[in-house]
Amino acid sequence: MALLRRYTRLFRVQVAISALTAMQYRTDFVVRGLIAILWMAVTLAPLLVVFGVRKTVAGWSFPESLVVVGWFTLLHAVLEGAVSPSLTAVVEHVRHGTLDFFLLKPADAQFLVSTAKIEPWHVVDVFGALAIFCYAFAKLGRWPRALEVGAGLAFLALAVVILYSFWILVVSASFWVVKVDNLSYLFGSLFDAARWPITIFRGALRIVFTFVFPIALLTTYPAMALLGKLDGKTALAALGGGLLFAAIARRVWRRALALYTSASS
Amino acid sequence: MTAAAAPPAPARPGFGSEMGRAAKAFPTLLRIGVSEVVAYRAEFLVWILTTNMPLVMLAIWHAVAADGPVGRFDQRAFTAYYLGVLAVRLLTSNWAVWQLSMEIRDGTLSAKLLRPIHPILALAAEHLSAVPMRAAVISPVVVIMLYSGWDRLLRHDPALLLILLASLVGAWLLIFFSMVLMGSLAFFMESALGIFELWLGVHAIFSGYLVPLEALPHWVRGAANVLPFRFMLGFPVETLVGLLGRHDALMALGAQWGYVALFGLAALWVWRVGLRTFSAYGG
Repeated sequence: MALLRRYTRLFRVQVAISALTAMQYRTDFVVRGLIAILWMAVTLAPLLVVFGVRKTVAGWSFPESLVVVGWFTLLHAVLEGAVSPSLTAVVEHVRHGTLDFFLLKPADAQFLVSTAKIEPWHVVDVFGALAIFCYAFAKLGRWPRALEVGAGLAFLALAVVILYSFWILVVSASFWVVKVDNLSYLFGSLFDAARWPITIFRGALRIVFTFVFPIALLTTYPAMALLGKLDGKTALAALGGGLLFAAIARRVWRRALALYTSASS
Repeated sequence: MTAAAAPPAPARPGFGSEMGRAAKAFPTLLRIGVSEVVAYRAEFLVWILTTNMPLVMLAIWHAVAADGPVGRFDQRAFTAYYLGVLAVRLLTSNWAVWQLSMEIRDGTLSAKLLRPIHPILALAAEHLSAVPMRAAVISPVVVIMLYSGWDRLLRHDPALLLILLASLVGAWLLIFFSMVLMGSLAFFMESALGIFELWLGVHAIFSGYLVPLEALPHWVRGAANVLPFRFMLGFPVETLVGLLGRHDALMALGAQWGYVALFGLAALWVWRVGLRTFSAYGG
């Protein structure tokens, strides 16, 4: 319990430092906010075109797909705002040997490196996601019930855990092959596909996006939970799979860390 | 490092001799570039895999067109279009903007300024030499594209083939110059890459990268015909899959090369002005 309190306090300090650093570059802050809004428009454009041609695609109507896009926007904010920046920095630390400074501190290294950098302007994305949800449910004429919201939030937590675990695996790879900064771009580009409901994909892409890079778990299932379309068994199986994945990622990180030899500086 | 006695400043070479020297150095620069690509082949492949959006969009339009064509596009036409987008994009894209803005910011540019060749020419050689390797990687995509788009491919018109080749060269130059232009902004501001990201967002819509321009609302198409983005991607692809006739393609080619000249001049101008403010911190 004391441990938990200690880490919560540590987390608050880390966030405060990141926020202060980000606020120093005010023009950049505004430009970044604008970029976030623009990308939201770019995300929505193909959806508008597709549903301008057809009423439903692969069993999804326009407002239902908007719920998926809402989840995508929300997770994108988490990924770009809280997960990627810190973990991109780790790759640099491993290459330069400055990871030593994290390892020497009296706290869990994975925790420290994962919370080192947060980009607060992605809050814009969060508001965008909420707006998209509101519009979609107003259009559906049906608001999610409390249980469905609860399931949705559980899935949000799970999705964050999965995204984070994926990133930890990518970062762990940097202990072996050092130059992985472009793996992070690959990761980001694959994540872009998560704005579409999984049922649109067929064949090989469907398998890849369900089992290898599970965008179904990230956005489609949470959306189905909010829409009241997900049955309990699938939900539990998904939760179990996600947690198992996180445990594996943690183990891989420990193994990788054991390989770190400090490149010196 | 101690400051060495400055050698007598060489007479400024004339423009002609400078170009002659560059022409002599160019083959060597290309060879170096090719071996660099081969040396970092794993990284190179990961970069190629990053361009997967056309495949995702193809999957989506396939699902949409399953119950009847959309405008002029049936499933095969969508396959041809998006594989064409993938091929043209991989063939013509480069990473000059990241390289340039990083070199300006961390000062590695100073070393390149000392070389007896214009840094932008050297940059062009470096990026040009990745093209053969890219062509090799995309060849399977091109084969599938030829198969699925054969009926309307280039409208079986040799003149359109020539236009396509010219448009590919134009697209490469246009992308390269626009990247040099925005990379050079790093001389003046911190957020040059941020501006480039905004540019990419607009590009995604108006170039035909996400959605064929034909499928977009009328006003977007009108804007796309005037903006430079279509000439970087959509125009060569439309020519390739036979969406454009001779007359339209020629008009577009003229506009494209006009933009090439415009962006080329603008890029060189920003570069020159920026270079005067460059104070080479670090390196």
